[in-house]
Amino acid sequence: MIHSFVGDLGHLFVILSFVSALLAAFSYFIAARSDDFTKKEFWIQNGRGFFYFHTFTVIGIVSALFWIIYNHYFEYHYAWSHSSIHLPTHYMISCFWEGQEGSFLLWLFWHALLGIFVIFTSKKWEAEVMTIFAIVQAFLASMILGIVIPAISFKIGSSPFILLRDALDAPIFKINPDFVPEDGTGLNPLLQNYWMVIHPPTLFLGFATTLVPFAYVIAGLWKKEYKAWIKPALPWAIFSAAVLGLGIIMGGYWAYETLNFGGYWNWDPVENAVYVPWLILVGAIHMMITFNNSSTALKASIILVITTFILILYSTFLTRSGILGNSSVHSFTDLGMSGQLLIYMLFFLLGAIVLAVVRWKEIPTQGEAVSTYSREFWTFMGATVICMMGFHVLHVTSFPVYNSIAGLLGFDLNLAPPAEPIKAYSNIQIWFAMGIAILSGTGQFFWWKKMDREALKKAITLPIIITLLVSALILLTSEIANAEFFRIQYLLLVLFSVYSIVSNTFILIRISKTNFSLSGGAVAHIGVALMLIGILASSGYSKVVSLNNTGLLISKEADASFNNENLLLFINEPRTMAGYEIIYRGDFYETAENGYFVNVNDLENSTNPRYKIATNDIIENNIVLFNKLDTIEIVPENTYYQVDYKNESGEVFQLFPRAQINEAMGGLLASPDIRRKLTKDLYTHVSSIPNPDEPSEWSDLKELEVEYGKNFFVNDYVAKIEKIEPLTEVEGIELGEGDVAIKAHIKVMGESQDYSIAPIFLIKDKMVGRIPEEITDLGLKINVLNIFPEKNSFVLGVNTSQKKWIVLKALEKPLINVLWMGTLILMLGFSIAMYRRYSDFKKQK
Amino acid sequence: MKKSYIFAIGIIAIAIAIIISTTGDASSYVTFEEAKVSDDKVHVVGTLPKNENGEVEGIHPSNDKLSFSFIMVDEDNQKQEVYYNEPIPTDFKRSEQVVIVGGYQGNVFVADKILLKCPSKYQEENVNASI
Repeated sequence: MIHSFVGDLGHLFVILSFVSALLAAFSYFIAARSDDFTKKEFWIQNGRGFFYFHTFTVIGIVSALFWIIYNHYFEYHYAWSHSSIHLPTHYMISCFWEGQEGSFLLWLFWHALLGIFVIFTSKKWEAEVMTIFAIVQAFLASMILGIVIPAISFKIGSSPFILLRDALDAPIFKINPDFVPEDGTGLNPLLQNYWMVIHPPTLFLGFATTLVPFAYVIAGLWKKEYKAWIKPALPWAIFSAAVLGLGIIMGGYWAYETLNFGGYWNWDPVENAVYVPWLILVGAIHMMITFNNSSTALKASIILVITTFILILYSTFLTRSGILGNSSVHSFTDLGMSGQLLIYMLFFLLGAIVLAVVRWKEIPTQGEAVSTYSREFWTFMGATVICMMGFHVLHVTSFPVYNSIAGLLGFDLNLAPPAEPIKAYSNIQIWFAMGIAILSGTGQFFWWKKMDREALKKAITLPIIITLLVSALILLTSEIANAEFFRIQYLLLVLFSVYSIVSNTFILIRISKTNFSLSGGAVAHIGVALMLIGILASSGYSKVVSLNNTGLLISKEADASFNNENLLLFINEPRTMAGYEIIYRGDFYETAENGYFVNVNDLENSTNPRYKIATNDIIENNIVLFNKLDTIEIVPENTYYQVDYKNESGEVFQLFPRAQINEAMGGLLASPDIRRKLTKDLYTHVSSIPNPDEPSEWSDLKELEVEYGKNFFVNDYVAKIEKIEPLTEVEGIELGEGDVAIKAHIKVMGESQDYSIAPIFLIKDKMVGRIPEEITDLGLKINVLNIFPEKNSFVLGVNTSQKKWIVLKALEKPLINVLWMGTLILMLGFSIAMYRRYSDFKKQK
Repeated sequence: MKKSYIFAIGIIAIAIAIIISTTGDASSYVTFEEAKVSDDKVHVVGTLPKNENGEVEGIHPSNDKLSFSFIMVDEDNQKQEVYYNEPIPTDFKRSEQVVIVGGYQGNVFVADKILLKCPSKYQEENVNASI
């Protein structure tokens, strides 16, 4: 059955949200233009009403879409392509941003909420600021409008409420238009991670919040209040930078935890597209703060705030128009909306430029030259370095755009993005990073006005001495001086970052004695310097520790680096790695409920791959998790490989790197498991596993005559026939009169545990039948070939094969926790600063 | 005023330096014919050849599935064997366009990186009606 009502309702909400945004924009615009108090008030009330209604419709769209996903209405394209029956509820939220329409919706949703906040806090700015807001909302709503203008067959937007039969041209719909697939194609398993539940909304909130300062600066230019807009805009800009920064780092953290490239940042255009606006926004904040203190840098503030928002639109265009198709791994593809996106971007770009140019002459400037010994000079330098940093990344990321523009002009530019991103980006960015470290360390000393050469010398001497001492200590205890890794820029970055931390700590101590709420800057700069150290250490000094020291090749087909940098682990056979004794212990599934790890040896297949049957009681820490023959729902996509670690100092832990074997996805998809320690992380993932589709190769059958109850050896393991059980029935075989069946219970003592198997021997209609059993961990298959009751002995047939194995790769990531810690400190700094700037604004009349 | 001019000139100089140095670093999109004579790493854009049933032909995974080779057709319709020292990437067979980054080693193009352009990255193309 097609549930068309909810989709129609959703679509109606989309249309209403578009119309109400237009009406709100119109009303606020009239209000902004009118000088008459009662008329203005009337139109503001109108605008508010429309915007409230708009917010209501946006919530309506979200609810309708969630209803469709939650109830598995797979007749809808969105639910079908982004969800599935077994998707846990919290990942249903993630469906919203896997698809392009849903992510526009999320953005719309944040803007609507922010709009309500702005209505309540903007005081006299409401009409102008909300005009901008409502126009932006109209543009965004048009992206999911999904309406075709009949006359010119021009499609506006792509609706999330489109039915599957309308989205796809599949033959089944010709036969049965009401066909509803029983299951969706599911959420990309890589996105099924808790960071993916919170990272995109955070990032989009960051995107959304850049609109607020932009709306204020446009309002300021419009009303010719060139200075007054900064006070209300500043706390929002800081909030935006904090949220956007947090969103970026969350994405990096997700990549670190889920993808196996061993890092958190890949210089992918999609990542760059967020990084650049963030940098410019941080630059803008510095300019705005400078203006607040000294009335300089007003023009720079205006330009940078506008640029930030335009860059957000530009990055939306880059990632959604399909223009990056040849250069990015994970951009959205074109939904036929690149024209619409381009109009959206150009509208605000040209609008803002025209407005700024018209007003430029009127914007007041500070005439006097800025002294080198002033805070403004240093802040301005810092902001410049940050902007150059952004410009570099922006320029390289924009190559595909240059190609397209050149193509439009009729010549072939043929610029490909750098083949080696690390070289192209990191090696240049590191010099800017040094600049930031020095400037943020020194600039802070000009907190107190009246700094001159003498005073500076006095203030700076002690921090420099401490910096040198600390750096010397780091040099002696770390690998920086190690010739293998040595690079002069690494050394300098450490030195400057330490300097920044030390000098900002000095400032922090002095400020917090008087007024702690002023300490945001110092705290944030300490955070940044820590991040720089963390990034440098974890990227520049990361090293492979899973070195193959056996002298044996893992695979003849693989290249030398694979053979040298990976360890082949056979089950239950210890190896040494990075000072640990490591043992691969077995394969595990995660249960769908509670997320217990259950050994695959304890499970038997049922008819449904999601459900397995326990072959014996499953006990952990003396608690029975499952009883024998219980049906257990598992997550079949992932297999976890338990590896035990032990070192001489008695440290014992287990890691469970996981892999997805998925033919449709193209083979092996490995995710790491990480041992987190204060000074370094041990980052491990499997890099190869046996192909589950290939049957194991068995050796030729070896015959072995053994006596009941006596120990014997199979494949070097001690084993014993413990019990002979006569059977009255054998599954799948009917036993008649005169037929005999027995089960020989054999115990095999493995390295770490005992295994019990019970091969069956039967005589039916005078024919001998044998059902062998396997112990996959030991690579053993045992068969009862014959029975000699008179001698009380048995002839066993034994086949052996290769034991279970995995190939493991492990890296050490030094000081990566300093990066995460630095991020948190930066966020704390942002929060303190935001609190302070918001209090400033509130105190204003 | 003078100081600010110097400052502006400095910024412009750095910007130009960035543009020149990074554009110099840029790789380029070439055909296999051009790639053969190039010493640098290049990008080649192409497609995967399909048989009459629409199935991709010419993919040969190694026995341990750690690496694979495949045939790619570039924009001049020239076929070339490409070797990639990684498992087959997600969605590889569904891609409508493939960009490989790397260079020739002998007669084989060895790719360091593969970028895929899928009909729609996260969206299926056909309903499997048997589900």
